[in-house]
Amino acid sequence: MTMSHVKLQDVTKRFGPVVAVNRLSIEISQGECFSMLGPSGCGKTTTLRMVAGFEDLDEGEISVGGKIFSSSFKKYYLPPEKRDFGMVFQAFAVWPHLNVYNNVAFPLQIRKMPKAEIEERTRRAITYTGLSECAETYPNELSGGQKQRIALARAIAINPTVMLLDEPLSNLDPKLREEMRFEIKDLQRKFGFTILYVTHDQAEAMALSDRILVMSEGNVQQIDTPLNIYHKPANKFVFSFIGLSNFLPVEIADSAVYIEGQHDAGPLNVELPPRTLERRLILATRPFEIDIIREGGVRGTVKRVTYLGDVIDYRVMVGNVEVRIQKNRIKEILREGQRCGLKFNRILWYEHQP
Amino acid sequence: MIRKLFGNFGIAEILLAVSVLILVIVVAVPVLLILWTALFVDGSLNTRDILKVLSQPETYEALKNSLIIAAGVTFFSTIIGVFFAWLVSRTDLPLKETMKVLFLVPFMLPSFIGALAWKMLLSPRAGYINKYLSDLFGLDGSLFNIYSLSGIIAVETMYLFPFVFIQVAGALERMDPTLEESARISGAGLLTITRKITLPLMTPSIAAGALLVALYSLAHFGVPAILGTERGIYNIPTKIYEQIYQSGGSFVAIRTGTILSSILVIAAGLILYIQNLVLKAGRFQVIAGKSMRPLLLKLRGLKIPLLLFSILYIFITVILPTVTIFLVGSLKTYGVSFTLENMSLTNLKYILFQWKMTKDAIWNSLYLSLGAAFVTMIVGTLISYTIVKIKVRGRFILEFLGLLPFSVPGTVIAIGVILMWSGKFGINLYNTAWIIFIAYIARYMAFSLKSNSAALEQVSDSLEEAARACGATHWQSLKDIVIPLIKPGMVAAFFLIFLPALRELTTSILLYGPTTRTIGVAIYALNEDGETVYAATLASVALVIIIVGQLAIKRITRSRIKGI
Repeated sequence: MTMSHVKLQDVTKRFGPVVAVNRLSIEISQGECFSMLGPSGCGKTTTLRMVAGFEDLDEGEISVGGKIFSSSFKKYYLPPEKRDFGMVFQAFAVWPHLNVYNNVAFPLQIRKMPKAEIEERTRRAITYTGLSECAETYPNELSGGQKQRIALARAIAINPTVMLLDEPLSNLDPKLREEMRFEIKDLQRKFGFTILYVTHDQAEAMALSDRILVMSEGNVQQIDTPLNIYHKPANKFVFSFIGLSNFLPVEIADSAVYIEGQHDAGPLNVELPPRTLERRLILATRPFEIDIIREGGVRGTVKRVTYLGDVIDYRVMVGNVEVRIQKNRIKEILREGQRCGLKFNRILWYEHQP
Repeated sequence: MIRKLFGNFGIAEILLAVSVLILVIVVAVPVLLILWTALFVDGSLNTRDILKVLSQPETYEALKNSLIIAAGVTFFSTIIGVFFAWLVSRTDLPLKETMKVLFLVPFMLPSFIGALAWKMLLSPRAGYINKYLSDLFGLDGSLFNIYSLSGIIAVETMYLFPFVFIQVAGALERMDPTLEESARISGAGLLTITRKITLPLMTPSIAAGALLVALYSLAHFGVPAILGTERGIYNIPTKIYEQIYQSGGSFVAIRTGTILSSILVIAAGLILYIQNLVLKAGRFQVIAGKSMRPLLLKLRGLKIPLLLFSILYIFITVILPTVTIFLVGSLKTYGVSFTLENMSLTNLKYILFQWKMTKDAIWNSLYLSLGAAFVTMIVGTLISYTIVKIKVRGRFILEFLGLLPFSVPGTVIAIGVILMWSGKFGINLYNTAWIIFIAYIARYMAFSLKSNSAALEQVSDSLEEAARACGATHWQSLKDIVIPLIKPGMVAAFFLIFLPALRELTTSILLYGPTTRTIGVAIYALNEDGETVYAATLASVALVIIIVGQLAIKRITRSRIKGI
């Protein structure tokens, strides 16, 4: 990774009174795969559309490769058609009146390239995306996955340095989604373009990205590597968005941690949080990071057992607080109503918010 | 399926039979009678008469005019409709929403009243605009002659272009904006996108609208009757009328009419067939995606000029003719200038309260259109229900019969009901209001079927099944679930029939008797007799009823949306 390639500085976008994107600054390196993750309406798509040039900026500046593309200060906007990006949309957006070949060749024809070069580049893009068999076919005779391949081929045809992907896999079924993830990654290795990837699926972001930006209501929550996002979420929002989670209200008494109001269940096997004066806190943990033990631990009662295929999902009541635990099937299976103990492995502390 | 729903009573079959029977009697038999009468005399093939009619120069003159008018109107309506649809949905034109509504207003105005107004404005000698311009430039002759093929084409285009406008504006709104955005990011500018992506994707909608215009203008009576016959310009419908009118309704004339009608039926069938082909070309289907704001062309310096152009267009095609009708309608005599002392409400008082002919016409139109709207709404619901909801064998016959009313021109329906209800089959309704009533039902059944089918398709089968599962009988589930849900569709159907029926001309003109003139017929007759002022007064009354009716529809549909 070399110098910053795509740079957003204090980018702000308002729709009426709503601040869709609030002072967003990111620097994306050449060849990086950068994901923007968040629930719908968090501003991730708006950000991508500002980079693409479909939306103007209320404040801030966007530059690519050192050249300014959009700037609210300078009142300068390079129109989308001049930005030389590749872009793939959620709804495929392949043109139904053109066959596969002509869909892919379109951006090259617009650039008035020599015939032979158009032919060669189109064939190559079609081959790389596995569409050689159906070059003469019209899109409506093809499946969703194939349509998205056309969109990909069309985007890579001009050899872009930046590829914008707007939830490109959300309209595909789960199996195909996984397959396409790898294909996108392979294409990136082959062509070396920078990817800006918008998704609301955390697994997809984890699998593809070098770095992830988690957004909520227009604000940056965290920008980090997938590993850090998962293991060191900056706040409760990121923690809960990135995977299944327990948020347990706890209180500290006599140098021990108890689940709030459940002193009878016994203390938790966790270290005290560093330098805190708060007596009440939130303990965050993932269902997989809790062990169920027969003796000791925090005592509770199994309320419900659900089989989820490879995994068994337990709901354990500690007094009136519900704790969710997931374990692999091989472990011993508890029955509903059984008493058990809980042992906490990896935990994080967050402030108690009333 | 049927057995499960209805036990062994076969209510489904009974419903099917009743629906088929109504459609057969009202629509199918009259059309078949026309073809039969055209082809056979006393049971043998009647080639001699057919050839005679077809070889008459006036026949192919009329056919030629029909084709020229249809081609011209379709061409210009398509250009104007596509342009304005694009303007309101793909540019940053100010007041877009208002303009969108205004462009649909010409739909509501009866085109023959428009023709009447344009005759007053642009007739060669007496037209107000022509007179004004001649005085202004000191010319001897007149600048415009509305009594011409181009005049007819211009006036019809004004009132038919919304067919294209509605189709294309709707399609542009439904179109997935990312189809255009992906072309943009591919490097194409807005003009290239419009040419290479948007317009090709709009082709089916444009074609559908254009074919509707072709269908209507080919068989249109009102405008050519008012602007053409004066100078001997006939199209097929006006030729049919002239033949029958001149002979006082003789059977020979009617048979000539059937031969000409057959040409119309064949042409209409051909147009519908092409339309079907266009719509079936599935690869053009444009799926709507995430509803993002579409790309808008920034008009910049052209913003205000184009807005003014649109307003001017509305002013010329809607406001100018409407105001002309109202003004001329209140003049003491035709031709005097529009000063206050030349105007009064005496005409209005006279035609509303004193003159029996106009009083009768208003009354006839009111009860005929209300009655026909009500009956057609009910029957249409029944037939639509059978088509959409009951999976009974033989349903396809009904579907085919249901398509017929869409394609049969008003003139043809009139000839058909004359053949059917003039005593040939034991019932003679000729010269009574009943024959007009039946013709209206046939003419407007299509509207009722369309509106009711659309409403019924919105009601999922499972809603009715849920009611049955809760223990409701079939009748109860209809009464308590289905009918309340489709009521808006039924009300819409009622008004869709009532308002056009109120000012109907094409069918009524061939069917009216001494005491059964309708508003349309009366306006036409007054105009023919040179009573231009009274024609305008009566037309103003019709316009007022139409405007009030349209406002009522707006009110009803709006409160319905609030209610949900």
